[in-house]
Amino acid sequence: MKLELTRVVQGGYRLGVLKEIGRATHLSLEVPGCLLYTRCGTVPHLTHDTLHTLSNLPSITQLTLSTVVEHQEVLEEYKDGFKKFAGLHDTALYCSLHDPVTQSPAGYVTNKTVSVWGSGGRIELTVGRFMALQKALRPDLYQSMADGETWQGDASSRKRIRKSVDRTLAHLDECLLIHQQTAELQGAEVLGVVEGGDSLEERVRSAKETAKRPVGGFCLDGFQTGSMEGSLRTQLIGAVAGELPEDKPRLLQGVGRPDEVVACVEAGVDLFESFFPFQVTERGCALTFDLDLSPDPERAVLELGEEKDEAWESEQSGDVQLEDQAETITPFEMDLKDTKYRDDFTPLVEGCGCYCCTNHQRAYLHHLLVTNELLAGVLLMLHNMAQYNAFFRALRGALAGDQLEPFKKRVLRSKRVA
Amino acid sequence: MAAPVDSASDAVASQTNMPSLKTLSAVSPLTLRIIAECPVTKARACDLALPHSIVNTPVFMPVGTQGTLKGITADQLEDLGCKICLGNTYHLGMRPGPALIEKANGLHGFMNWKKNLLTDSGGFQMVSLVELSEVTEEGVKFKSPYDGNEILLTPEKSIEIQNSLGSDIMMQLDDVVSSTVTGPRVEEAMHRSIRWLDRCIASNQNPEKQNLFAIIQGGLSTDLRKTCLDEMTKRDVPGFAIGGLSGGEEKDDFWRMVTLSTDHLPRHKPRYLMGVGYAVDLVVCVALGCDMFDCVFPTRTARFGSALVPWGSLQVKHKQYAKDFQPIDPDCKCPTCKRHSRAYLHALFKNDTAAMHHVTIHNISYQLTLMLSVRQSIINGQFPDFVKTFMKKMFPSSDKYPSWAVDALASVNITLDQH
Ligand SMILES: [Zn+2]
Repeated sequence: MKLELTRVVQGGYRLGVLKEIGRATHLSLEVPGCLLYTRCGTVPHLTHDTLHTLSNLPSITQLTLSTVVEHQEVLEEYKDGFKKFAGLHDTALYCSLHDPVTQSPAGYVTNKTVSVWGSGGRIELTVGRFMALQKALRPDLYQSMADGETWQGDASSRKRIRKSVDRTLAHLDECLLIHQQTAELQGAEVLGVVEGGDSLEERVRSAKETAKRPVGGFCLDGFQTGSMEGSLRTQLIGAVAGELPEDKPRLLQGVGRPDEVVACVEAGVDLFESFFPFQVTERGCALTFDLDLSPDPERAVLELGEEKDEAWESEQSGDVQLEDQAETITPFEMDLKDTKYRDDFTPLVEGCGCYCCTNHQRAYLHHLLVTNELLAGVLLMLHNMAQYNAFFRALRGALAGDQLEPFKKRVLRSKRVA
Repeated sequence: MAAPVDSASDAVASQTNMPSLKTLSAVSPLTLRIIAECPVTKARACDLALPHSIVNTPVFMPVGTQGTLKGITADQLEDLGCKICLGNTYHLGMRPGPALIEKANGLHGFMNWKKNLLTDSGGFQMVSLVELSEVTEEGVKFKSPYDGNEILLTPEKSIEIQNSLGSDIMMQLDDVVSSTVTGPRVEEAMHRSIRWLDRCIASNQNPEKQNLFAIIQGGLSTDLRKTCLDEMTKRDVPGFAIGGLSGGEEKDDFWRMVTLSTDHLPRHKPRYLMGVGYAVDLVVCVALGCDMFDCVFPTRTARFGSALVPWGSLQVKHKQYAKDFQPIDPDCKCPTCKRHSRAYLHALFKNDTAAMHHVTIHNISYQLTLMLSVRQSIINGQFPDFVKTFMKKMFPSSDKYPSWAVDALASVNITLDQH
């Protein structure tokens, strides 16, 4: 795996291309960028045909261990790896431990095990079982087993944080050892997990130690939305990034909000999970970015007026409790269940090229949502993924053209970047 | 041409309605071209030209109750070869309402469906879904389950809503009684359905682009069915449906009512058997001379993980398929079977709704493909052989053949093989 950076701002963002992803040597992914979020290898609500109405899909598909752990025996018997088992398209496969959308209960980590929750309940994983799963799944890259509870509840004492860093390093060493001895995983990359909670000292130690190991890249864990203030997060990520080698990618777990994404890109993050469009879909909302960055003074004046309504209103509603953030409608989306869309015969977003916007109108989506029809999830998922991918594309364009500040002002609107 | 209207025999039908019937026939937006007729049975293959495309019959019509087909996009449905699907007037009339759909250029525009649509009258749902419904000569009175208001669905109102929906085929409002009810209520409902048909015909605002089908009633009584057939076929409607069946009656009664109806329906008009969709029922009723079918079963059962296959059904969620790496049906050409195994679908059912969409697509494909094979065999003059092979695949041995199907097929000269 090669990370070719075309632009690096010291202590700041990186722009480039991740090439030869694991064994999928013909694939590449532009960074900053996002992965393709799936559950059990399927983008929520979508079949192969509907998914592929989208162009420029991220070339790395994310699979979370929690959605496949109970099928270990099946996959071992199948022998040809998860990509083929799931009928996936030509994509690189990344396997993470937890599902970023579902919060797992804390308090089940031991020195030798972590737990994941499948549909049938808790399953305890040792490094041995974790690696047996990877062997059956045959991903192109995967995160090493990690103790990532420190951001939850009472688990955040200094002593507990130190322990999580130690355990995670020990798991990594054990994973790497088995990895090297496993023929099925040759050519795959291991991402080392950086822990350390909200402790600068432990974050730096975790980063330094992980960077010494033969990993293909890094997972930054414990920065999930809701875990800490945005300013602390970017400060810690900045410190961690300073300890990591420049030529390896950094994937941030659990952060998907566009304003938080931009802030973390500025702190040196390359890759994000794309669970955010799914969360927006599940609350019956549609992402509405204004991504046209071409300078048009007339339009700009118009928009100053427009900015007032939706975006400002949600800003005024005051401080949102951190833990509620995942359920809260962000300023980047419209709530299609609102009766004002009942007879609105315009597309979700004018000019959006997704299947939903080229074929359907807001009134139809409103109808599907109020009647609880399954097609609502399909159409919203397509639109929200299209918008989210376009957001990353526009962000890269802005970085390439030195337009980050205008981009933030326009796309993030009134939202103060944390 | 149907026989001229004999108004003397139909005292109830208002005289003023009659002239409009005459003018209708010239502009009926439907033509039926018979491509082939089975020399042995009553089966036929036709091209039914409707405003939004030609429909090859025999045809199965999937049901998209609320202006959407259960998680399947309009493009996916079209790619499966579907040329006509259903919308439910009762549901759509409630939400989002006819005025809004009219503004969206009808149901076609609202759901962006480019092929044909058939809408029911709304009466059936009212009687089956709403407890507090009362039928009078005026119409069906019921309480809205959404706001509790009392609503009266008259034949005129039903057609008004269906005119707003803009469907290619509209159904008359009929007086529905359960097929297990007997006695004078059945006769009353039959006569009332004839009167309501005339009111529906008179109130159709778009006879040049929307076809109105009559619905033959009469319960399980040969005499009542016959009377209804005699009366309704006097009206020059573009097509006929056989109604009041598939509601829990004995299958022996069911097929006899079907075959009686097709014996008396005009050859040059389409025959729609309502609410029938099990594979065996489809094949037998094609043999009895029906052209069109609809049923929620294939799509509803898909959401519970039940996939339709030539040997019956396959419960994807059952444990026995967890390690089964074959497609649902190795011979099936649908997008699901081309890409996914039983084992993967089994795993996916625990994680995401897309699992249901995969089986829904497979089941619609199964129904459409079955009808396509039926049609081809009729055109090739091999329909009786097709029926025999189909039954052999569907049942493990000939002693498992349902007796009603054996009798029904025998009535049209097909004797099933013993095996
Ligand atoms: Zn869109």
